[in-house]
Amino acid sequence: MIVGEPATNTTLSLEELQAAGNLRTGRKHVLSILVENKAGVLTRIAGLFARRGFNIDTLTVGPTDDERVSRVTLTVDGAVHPIDQVTKQLHKLINVLKIRDLEPEGTVSRELALFKVSADGTQRGELMQIAEIFRGSVVDVTKRSVIIEITGTTEKIEAFEEMVRPFGLIEMMRTGEIAIARGRTET
Amino acid sequence: MRAVDAVMECLKAEGVDVVFGLPGGANLPTYDAFVDGGIRHILVRHEAGGGHAAEGYAKATGKVGVAFATSGPGATNLITPICDAMMDSVPVVFITGQVRTELLGTDGFQEADTIGITMPVVKHSFMIQDPNEIPRAIHEAFHIARTGRPGPVVVDIPQDLSRADINYEPITDVRLPGYQPTLEGNQKQIRQAAKALAAAQRPVIYVGGGVVNANASAELVEFCTTDRFPVTCTLMGLGAFPANHPQWLGMLGMHGTRAANYGMDEADLICAVGARFDDRVTGKLSEFAPRAKFIHIDVDPAEISKNVPAHIPIVGDAKHVLAKLLIEYRALTPDSARLQAWWERIEAWREKHPLRYEDSSDQEIKPQYMIQALYEATGGEAIITSDVGQHQMWTAQYYGFPAPRRWINSGGLGTMGFGLPAAMGAAVGCPDRLVCCVAGDGSVQMNIQELATCAQEGIPIKVFIMNNGYLGMVRQWQELFWDGRYSHVDTGKYPDWVKLAEAYGASGMRFEDKTTLVQDIKRAIATDGPVLVDVRVTREENTYPMIPAGQPAREMVG
Ligand SMILES: Cc1ncc(C[n+]2csc(CCOP(=O)(O)OP(=O)(O)O)c2C)c(N)n1
Ligand SMILES: [Mg+2]
Repeated sequence: MIVGEPATNTTLSLEELQAAGNLRTGRKHVLSILVENKAGVLTRIAGLFARRGFNIDTLTVGPTDDERVSRVTLTVDGAVHPIDQVTKQLHKLINVLKIRDLEPEGTVSRELALFKVSADGTQRGELMQIAEIFRGSVVDVTKRSVIIEITGTTEKIEAFEEMVRPFGLIEMMRTGEIAIARGRTET
Repeated sequence: MRAVDAVMECLKAEGVDVVFGLPGGANLPTYDAFVDGGIRHILVRHEAGGGHAAEGYAKATGKVGVAFATSGPGATNLITPICDAMMDSVPVVFITGQVRTELLGTDGFQEADTIGITMPVVKHSFMIQDPNEIPRAIHEAFHIARTGRPGPVVVDIPQDLSRADINYEPITDVRLPGYQPTLEGNQKQIRQAAKALAAAQRPVIYVGGGVVNANASAELVEFCTTDRFPVTCTLMGLGAFPANHPQWLGMLGMHGTRAANYGMDEADLICAVGARFDDRVTGKLSEFAPRAKFIHIDVDPAEISKNVPAHIPIVGDAKHVLAKLLIEYRALTPDSARLQAWWERIEAWREKHPLRYEDSSDQEIKPQYMIQALYEATGGEAIITSDVGQHQMWTAQYYGFPAPRRWINSGGLGTMGFGLPAAMGAAVGCPDRLVCCVAGDGSVQMNIQELATCAQEGIPIKVFIMNNGYLGMVRQWQELFWDGRYSHVDTGKYPDWVKLAEAYGASGMRFEDKTTLVQDIKRAIATDGPVLVDVRVTREENTYPMIPAGQPAREMVG
């Protein structure tokens, strides 16, 4: 669904309005934002969120196949913020080209995480087994620890975290989500 | 060509005829270009004065105002006008000098992160990184400032880049793929709105500054008078609908009329045009216009359903949308008789609760009377600017503005010290019009230094200080809501305004007698050059009626 696009002025029914309007949707929103690749754009987005009191849950920025354009993927809690206001305000930034509020069912989203877990000889085997179930890979091993790489949805990473925590989680790093729309159309 | 000379060419290509500014180290090259640049530059005495002057110019003329400042303190002095222009949607381009690129980020002398500091309060900004980008950035800045919902744009130019020799070629197109304001308005939505209006039994048209910005006053009047729609304007919209028109309910909001506020409260349909449901208009949001459905016409989609969910949202420019709405509405040939009962109700409020005050029984000048006298002395035909406080609200209430762009004040930010420099800018933009400033004795000191600019440049503004010897609006709140415990609101009897005016090279006058006030004001207006008048008014008078902050409209007092 493309919401709040400044150039769209299609008729909305009252029901649609109430759904899209200032009401909170209660779900997580993944916003995929195309921006001009210019200095300060990320500051403008971050500043806008801070100023309007919106919380960013995760944020990733990367290049696209067009060097003049970057993609920002960010997740916002629709239970807390009126998503329609968030996207409309984002659209007002001159360097923002396009925003898509990705429907969870129609989207493939991935996150990369690195877990550093304490593991002496006895625990290592069990850890490796869990990693395998999650299709993770061990990328570093020392006498007292291992580093495991996991890719997947946020839910999968959170599940893995729960599994390894009892072993002694030394640290964890996550990239934040990137997301792409399913099917032939561009995100 | 030097980049700074290209700046001059760009300004001329944008139709700029005047710039307000003050030089310094970082924009020395730019100021060198002004020597032969062919653009009038007015040297202000404080950059904030220059910024507000550019706003006054823009509001009076509808053109883009321009203000220049140097880096660091010059740029930080512009923050208030930039923020003010953002809140009130005023098209102004601010061009600031920046330290040399090699010094950026080193806390160099007079370095301030102008782009960073201003980011939350600009429509857009450009940090120049390559001198060849300067012409394009300037044209894009003007385009962004003036189109869609207007606003301030900052262009920050490092000193060394401004000295660069560039290949200047006139630019005729702007390419902003992420910026395409919707102007036309969706036809189906407009038709729906027309139908809703034709069916409404108790409609109110609620008009904001967006109608003034869109130069849509004629379309508004035509639409509202095609039927007998009751009309109310916000503080920013005054003049968009003529105040002497029988369908005019007066201003709405905190110090609006009862007819307007009760009208909103009982309306079954409210059509907002270029207005943004500010808290000073709605009062307690949960009890605002509880019976109404809302049509919301605005060029900024983010305003629609921000505070009050719209039933029929229309994204578009007021001028386009009102013209189309008129056609759709007329096609329905609605029967005006359905509004008879509603008008009877409104007339009853008007009769029972006109704007009123108790006049003095001696020569004492009541502040409300001062505004009525000013109206009489000017035939209602002046451009009036104001500062912020009681005098601002009384001017809004009692000077019935007959046309748009006659009332210039700081609404969203409420900036004390706005009035005098804004009057200066308006007078420069409209040299054939009488420009008066109704100033507060507290506010006016915040930019009094621009009186010297007016004297030097021969800008003939007439400043009438409503002198109550108080930060009156704050005093009123302390009296009404803080048990009369006055805390730091008495401004005392200094300065001597007449002497001060003369010291600045302006004419100074003092008026204390209501019986001669109209004649006295006429005399001040007839005096050449800038005039500053100390009008002594009742010290402790309250601005009524009033919706106490956070209360619903029904709870109006006074
Ligand atoms: C820069 C700034 N500081 C403080 C305020 C808060 N304020 C609002 S009205 C007011 C009183 C202004 O006094 P004066 O100019 O004498 O106007 P009066 O209300 O007496 O007519 C003050 C201090 C403000 N609006 N702007
Ligand atoms: Mg005062």
